[in-house]
Amino acid sequence: MSSRTLPLLFINLGGEMLYILDQRLRAQNIPTDKAKKVMNDIITTMFNKTFLEELFKPQELYSKKTLRTVFDRLAHASIMRLNQASMDKLYDLMTMAFKYQVLLCPRAKDILLVSFNHMDAIKVFVKDTPSILSQVNETYRQLIEMYTPLSSGEFQLIRQTLLIFFQDMHIRVSIFLKDKVQNSNGRFVLPISGPVPHGTHVPGLIRMFSCNGEEVKRLQFRNGGNYTSVLGEGSFEMFGERVIKLGTNMYSVSRPVETHMSRTSKNSAQQQSINTAPNPLAKEELNMLARLMGGMEVQKPGNADSGFRVNLFATDEEEEEALISRPDEFSYDVIKIQATKNQQANAELVKIMGDFTEEAGELCPSSASSKGDDLLAMMDGL
Amino acid sequence: MYHKEKSIQMKSSASALYNNLSVLRIAPRSLTYFTVVHANMVNMVSASWDGLNYSHRQLQSKEANVATSSSLIMQAAWCVLPSRDILVLTSQKGIQMYESDGSIMVYWHALDTPETQTAQAVFARGIAAVREKYICVGISSGSMLVFDVPIKGSNITLSEVLEEHKESITDLASECSGSQECIADMVSADDSGNLCVWKSGEDFQLLNKIPGFQMSCSSVKLWKGTVVAGYGTGQIRLYEAVTGIVHAEVNAHARWIYSLDIAPFSGLLLSAAEDSLVRVWHLTMTPETNSVEIVHMYNECVTDTQICGAKFCDGDGYAFAVTGYDLSEIIRYTQV
Repeated sequence: MSSRTLPLLFINLGGEMLYILDQRLRAQNIPTDKAKKVMNDIITTMFNKTFLEELFKPQELYSKKTLRTVFDRLAHASIMRLNQASMDKLYDLMTMAFKYQVLLCPRAKDILLVSFNHMDAIKVFVKDTPSILSQVNETYRQLIEMYTPLSSGEFQLIRQTLLIFFQDMHIRVSIFLKDKVQNSNGRFVLPISGPVPHGTHVPGLIRMFSCNGEEVKRLQFRNGGNYTSVLGEGSFEMFGERVIKLGTNMYSVSRPVETHMSRTSKNSAQQQSINTAPNPLAKEELNMLARLMGGMEVQKPGNADSGFRVNLFATDEEEEEALISRPDEFSYDVIKIQATKNQQANAELVKIMGDFTEEAGELCPSSASSKGDDLLAMMDGL
Repeated sequence: MYHKEKSIQMKSSASALYNNLSVLRIAPRSLTYFTVVHANMVNMVSASWDGLNYSHRQLQSKEANVATSSSLIMQAAWCVLPSRDILVLTSQKGIQMYESDGSIMVYWHALDTPETQTAQAVFARGIAAVREKYICVGISSGSMLVFDVPIKGSNITLSEVLEEHKESITDLASECSGSQECIADMVSADDSGNLCVWKSGEDFQLLNKIPGFQMSCSSVKLWKGTVVAGYGTGQIRLYEAVTGIVHAEVNAHARWIYSLDIAPFSGLLLSAAEDSLVRVWHLTMTPETNSVEIVHMYNECVTDTQICGAKFCDGDGYAFAVTGYDLSEIIRYTQV
């Protein structure tokens, strides 16, 4: 459908991921310097220039598998490790949060404001690192350039494309259940009260006109809800009050990040078929992904001390238990890029990595310590 | 005014697409067919009137003779012609037409898709049967295709391409009163809210263009020469088709309107939106004063559901059916 959906999907899901990781890093009392390094590394990778260039090109959405693989790699772009169960849970939380935000947006265009909320928060995470901050600012400019001229209909198409991507996902999230924004059946609460969107009137008025345009009759009807008039419009610029709260950080150290896995009914399990049907373009997707991933190398911990594991669950036992008991229909198939036997793809990958090595800076596939040096060198050069 | 009946379960949930429910009543067989789009598939359910028999069929969007290709479907709707009913599917790749029970594909039209992906999406959306022999389909470029449909068989031909809209077509509607006196046969709507009113024929004639106000018109109907248009702002407007005179303006919904329907024999109007509400209105025409009145009759809240399709199940509006995003059922209501 809309070929402009992927950047929004990626940035918002990435934003949610950062909120969750930030909460877990603080909850697990990871030392500040390490935590900061993790956040900086992930954000740097997320806003990698080449990757974003590819992302912003007009294209259909990646499949669920491919997108999950992208986020797997992103989550491991630093010295932090996540076990399978934690990665699964992280992804569940990210996707349900963004699904919620898309559904609850008063206007389709507000998805852009939600994206800006995520971007605003990311800016705060990296405010002390000018090089990454400039990457983030550049992305703001790209978002503004690409999306602000779009019409309401085009935004609605983007929204509809996102909703197809999130269709039939009803994972229950603890924080949503507690706040009563999600029902126990996993469906979100859609209030019939509150402010109407910008550009909409509170329902209830019928005006009838004569042939020459004079109003001849007015009728009121009960709208069945409890609507209030519109709040101001949020800012679509680099800075400003966004008004919409969707997309801001809902986690804090005291609010845990739990999900409940439940056996879904047979009906919804069948909907997975859209993803499992043989896809003749899968090979294309894999090649594209491999090319992009070539620029995002996985950080190997230089020694046992610098690397650490983050757990999305309260205890290690819970994490283990979650992995075993995860119902089949919720398993994410992660594409194993390294396992591809495609000689040509591998050659491409090596070539691209070689290209990046020639350019100074952060994409040099080297060990942990020299990566640090490269970053320093780059910063010195600024 | 209405109460809820037993829902019909579907094999998969409804996608968030405009006008995502089509209903075909087959009186001789005491059956009603329902179609609902789910991503790249169409769920077809046939329900017997005694409520005892349901049968399901799923159609995939695909090019004729190409087993593996698939694309997202934008809309599925029945076109009722005098001698046959055709089920039309519009997708990102093209337009498929089936015999009414979905068993045989009788026609396939491929859209021109560019070699490399463009920023402008390509798809077909907006379906209407016009007069006795035409099926019109809208395209994302704003063009409309007019197909000439023979009494039987698969010799369907592209008769004309109408180039009037500059924005993506959202919905098409033909005059549904059954009256032969109406001058206007069809209305088309697009993403900027512009409406075009047409007279059908070997060459379709543009009778009037009603300008929009930069807000998408997602659903449109034409009844007794009156255009009823639903917008993304939640407003419904009534226009006189051939002149563009505004009869009425209704602040109807708090969110984007996804579906409108008219029961032609009674003048009941059904509107449904992302705000979870289905509303029933009544239209009265007074030809002497050339006025059209609209009054509100009834509200139904489908809790926690963004409605994407709502249609009357019969010409009097005795019953209506509703679909919602992520919902795997077709909810039905009948008058008490």
